[in-house]
Amino acid sequence: MKKYLYAITFLIAALMAVPAAIAAADLEINTPAIAAIQGSMQARHGQLAPYYASGAVGLTRDGLIAVRDANAVPLKDRQGVNSLVAAENKDRSALYKEIANANGHPEWESEVRNTFAQRWVQKAQGGWWYQDASGGWAKK
Amino acid sequence: MKHWIWLLPAALILPACVTINIYFPAAAAEKAADKIIDEVWQLKQEQQNQQKPADAPAEK
Repeated sequence: MKKYLYAITFLIAALMAVPAAIAAADLEINTPAIAAIQGSMQARHGQLAPYYASGAVGLTRDGLIAVRDANAVPLKDRQGVNSLVAAENKDRSALYKEIANANGHPEWESEVRNTFAQRWVQKAQGGWWYQDASGGWAKK
Repeated sequence: MKHWIWLLPAALILPACVTINIYFPAAAAEKAADKIIDEVWQLKQEQQNQQKPADAPAEK
């Protein structure tokens, strides 16, 4: 009877150790949902890039983007920029949520978001604008 | 009766595994973020192709 108990205990320990080891090594980002969001963002980037460069749109400290200086956009294009920003933010929020879910930890969403917020700024090109820790705009 | 000793390491290992899995893996998240950002912003495309074969999961 006791023999079975050890066997079961070690089996449970082994089963729990495997996902722990995998989670520690890498984050899962190869899911169809993440790939779809990534593709949509990549396609949109061509349209957003000139607005990052002109300073019309900046990277926010919460891992999203925002219209920073509407005056840098010709009047006729302003509505278009607003929709681009809204669509991009929707994708970004969905991306952070999907990454947390794909790794079995929906509660990681805000930490994933914070990590991305830092990395977006880190990888931004010179001349692009971003929000610093206090929420003020700074030029990279 | 003596065999119950073996339950002690099991009792220690189990919660340890659960704990490891609860902490947010900051380094892995940064790596994942960089990979996605590089693709979305189309940075370092040549490097990415080289990285793929060496992308074996590192045990740590």
